[in-house]
Amino acid sequence: MNADEIQALLDEPACAHNNKGKTGCAKSKPGATQGGCAFDGAQIALLPIADAAHIVHGPIGCAGSSWDARGTRSSGPDTYRLGMITDLSDIDVVMGRGEKKLFHAIGQAASRYRPAAVFVYTTCVPALHGDDVAAVAKVAAERWQIPVVPVDCAGFYGSKSLGNRIAGETLYRHVIGTREPEPARPRPDGLPTHDINLIGEYNIAGEFWRVAPLFDELGLRILCTLSGDARFHEVQTMHRAKANMVVCSKAMLNVARKLQEDYGTPFFEGSFYGVEDTSQALRDLAGLVGDADFRVRTEVVIGREEGRVAQRLAPFRERLAGRRALIFSGGVKSWSIVSALQDLGMDVVATGTEKSTEEDRARIRALMGPEARMIGNNDQSALMETCRDYGVDILFAGGRYLYPALKSGIPFLDINHERDFGYAGYDGLVELAQHIADVIDNPIWAQLVLKPAWHQRRAMALACA
Amino acid sequence: MAMVHISNKPLTVNPLKVSQPMGATLAVLGLDQAVPLQHGAQGCTAFSKVFFTRHFREPVPLQTTAMDQVVTVMGADNSVIEALRTVAELNNPEVIGLMTTGLTETQGADIARTVKEFQRSSPEFMDISVIPINTPDTLGSLESGYARALEAVIEHLVPEGRVAGYRPRQVNVLLSSMLTPGDAEAVRAWVEAFGLRPVMLPDLGGSLDGHFDPAGFSTLSRGGVSRIDVATMGKSIATLAVGPSVFTAADRLKSRTGVPDHRFDGLMGLAACDAFTEVLAGLSGRSVPDGIDRLREQLLDAMVDTHFVLGALRLGVAADPDHLGMLAHFLTGVGIQVVAAVASSRAEGLVDLPIEAVVVGDLEDLEAQAQAGKAQVLIANSHGADIAERLRIPLLRAGFPLYDIFGGAARKWVGYAGSRQALFDLANLASTARPEIAPYHSFYGKERPPEMDGSVPAVSGASTLLG
Repeated sequence: MNADEIQALLDEPACAHNNKGKTGCAKSKPGATQGGCAFDGAQIALLPIADAAHIVHGPIGCAGSSWDARGTRSSGPDTYRLGMITDLSDIDVVMGRGEKKLFHAIGQAASRYRPAAVFVYTTCVPALHGDDVAAVAKVAAERWQIPVVPVDCAGFYGSKSLGNRIAGETLYRHVIGTREPEPARPRPDGLPTHDINLIGEYNIAGEFWRVAPLFDELGLRILCTLSGDARFHEVQTMHRAKANMVVCSKAMLNVARKLQEDYGTPFFEGSFYGVEDTSQALRDLAGLVGDADFRVRTEVVIGREEGRVAQRLAPFRERLAGRRALIFSGGVKSWSIVSALQDLGMDVVATGTEKSTEEDRARIRALMGPEARMIGNNDQSALMETCRDYGVDILFAGGRYLYPALKSGIPFLDINHERDFGYAGYDGLVELAQHIADVIDNPIWAQLVLKPAWHQRRAMALACA
Repeated sequence: MAMVHISNKPLTVNPLKVSQPMGATLAVLGLDQAVPLQHGAQGCTAFSKVFFTRHFREPVPLQTTAMDQVVTVMGADNSVIEALRTVAELNNPEVIGLMTTGLTETQGADIARTVKEFQRSSPEFMDISVIPINTPDTLGSLESGYARALEAVIEHLVPEGRVAGYRPRQVNVLLSSMLTPGDAEAVRAWVEAFGLRPVMLPDLGGSLDGHFDPAGFSTLSRGGVSRIDVATMGKSIATLAVGPSVFTAADRLKSRTGVPDHRFDGLMGLAACDAFTEVLAGLSGRSVPDGIDRLREQLLDAMVDTHFVLGALRLGVAADPDHLGMLAHFLTGVGIQVVAAVASSRAEGLVDLPIEAVVVGDLEDLEAQAQAGKAQVLIANSHGADIAERLRIPLLRAGFPLYDIFGGAARKWVGYAGSRQALFDLANLASTARPEIAPYHSFYGKERPPEMDGSVPAVSGASTLLG
């Protein structure tokens, strides 16, 4: 991928980061950088396509430590769980044997595991010495009669977000629009079916399965979720949806935008975290695909679900009322989680805005008032300091802040994609409430700060000396 | 003698191997007030950080030179210098371990020269030791990267000289990557029991043992061996090297200082523990403390108690070469049959292991070998969980990474006590997983005929009586 192509991806016009108030996609600073590379981002975005084989073309550093991430869940095939890498050696590099090895690697994956398709991720080393991965993919596809998708995502192209975009771009170029969907099965209740896509939903811990029944009830067929619990053939049919929802992430906005440009499919951005947001998402979908009758039915379902969940949340609201939370997660989550916590009656004292846009900030101000405290600095020590200054009861952030928080004696809950629990939808909020209450009320926190008697004796002996 | 098969599949499936830069990173984390800095694209570092964070459940200081498109092609020396300067300014470490990656070795980066240039151009950071370590991930594994880092630390921090024995109670201890922080603590206690002062290189027991530090979170490694102590290694009376991968480092240390050394393939099992104890008694001139004799007797007793279950147990194991070697000696020493053995990378000593065959390969190979050999128990890292589930046999977790258990890094495997615990755990797994004899159903039947069910009091009646 050349510099112009990379720049074009960075300049995604639908992304609010590229308008006024831009804060994201900054160049990484040597010596002070957190977060993954373009390969990491591309792999995370595509790996949940469950019936595909995902081959990393590169030396062991690219996959040896990153394979077998267990966040996303599949309801069927688990081919995606296999870690596959060409494990390039020094001899492969020196003798230029990478392409040949890749070719046979694709063959081995195709014949041993019979995947629906093979994704090949190009990493730094083969990109640098110039393997023609696209050509290998083409020949291998013919030889083994299987779709082989080359993903050009060398780590040095840039950050993880860029990798997400590369993933979307690759799907758009090679996969989407290559198959027509089957006609929808007629419903016993005789109601019409509307086809939609979800983009940027990863089914972490299977959390989307909490929301999915509502889609069935309303007559919304999800042609494809990009990419949680997805199948390769579903991705191929995405161009036929009547509406797209971009879920909680700017990462694959480019797919939604291109579907709108080329197929006229409208899209909106939404979230399934918290009662308010889940209801709003259903409402927005109804507005895009349905008639008046559909919108009325949607309101009935929303009313029923909100009533049901309010009852289940009541005991937690009591325990959590007024407890102070600090959220440190950039982008959409900086406000979507705020709303979820306010649903629980918690006091959100500050929120991180590292990757947030002006639009995100506006929503934060709307939720938290004009005095909303925003934290843009992602330094771990500074964050711990802030937590102490505000006397927060709990910190919500990504996994990499977990141990610094615990070291500092601050209760913590992981809200990023590595977590093991599903918080989406109406029932997800109940689970979130349960976890928050359990964490905050654990007796260890008080014990951490207690001084044992012999410490006090030692201190006194020192003072007398 | 073992037959060594090199798996020459084009595709590695479910990798066992972890990269060299990560091994070097780990070794640097065993130094006090240090930061590892990986020279490569930022993903290498992000992966390493997440990997070690999940394994140790600790914050892991680690930085990257964050190479981009332009510097990858045009040369990244300035990124190295900028990164060194930034890390020096922000974190003020004593030591920076600078390791290469596949990308930078392929590019042909000369980090030793770049480090000199940094030191020339930044005299204000003179007191920071910057140690360049060449660790392409196209070669070796975590174990060899770790060993290379020890060699580099010795080259840069131990002065050349002939003052061996100036500190008559001090011994150097070089530990291979197969030893956990818990193991490092066990070795320290073992040495100290003889009145000797160990200088451990590295000392993961001091840094990554998982302690709640009252000073809170730090962006540097805290604990671990200090560079001042490393500089005195030439004055010790002896060096104890544990694990074949660190023998090259032991060679370096000996040629620089003339300190004599003693080498051990591993410290599990009665024989290995006895050998180590004997050397310590000789070096210290003291008799073996009673406590150690007691531990030895406990191990003997455990060997007796567990032999019903462990004798002839068929076991599959996958690990880095040093680790595989130590386990193979230990397991065969109590009568376990190693029916599948997979090493992550090649090593000289594999051919001498007391088992039939070793495959240099991945966890797909382990799965195939274990299935073919009808293994009853597996020893592997956490990635072995799925394999064990598919084969329906239990897994004892060991190696890197251990992310689905707590205390994996704190576990003590070595010494009499560690060996004893490993025996207990293997025996427990083996006995609970032993298949039961299938029930036999008589032609005449013993079950109550269905039409009688109605006459039996309902279960709720019983609970009422009890309640």
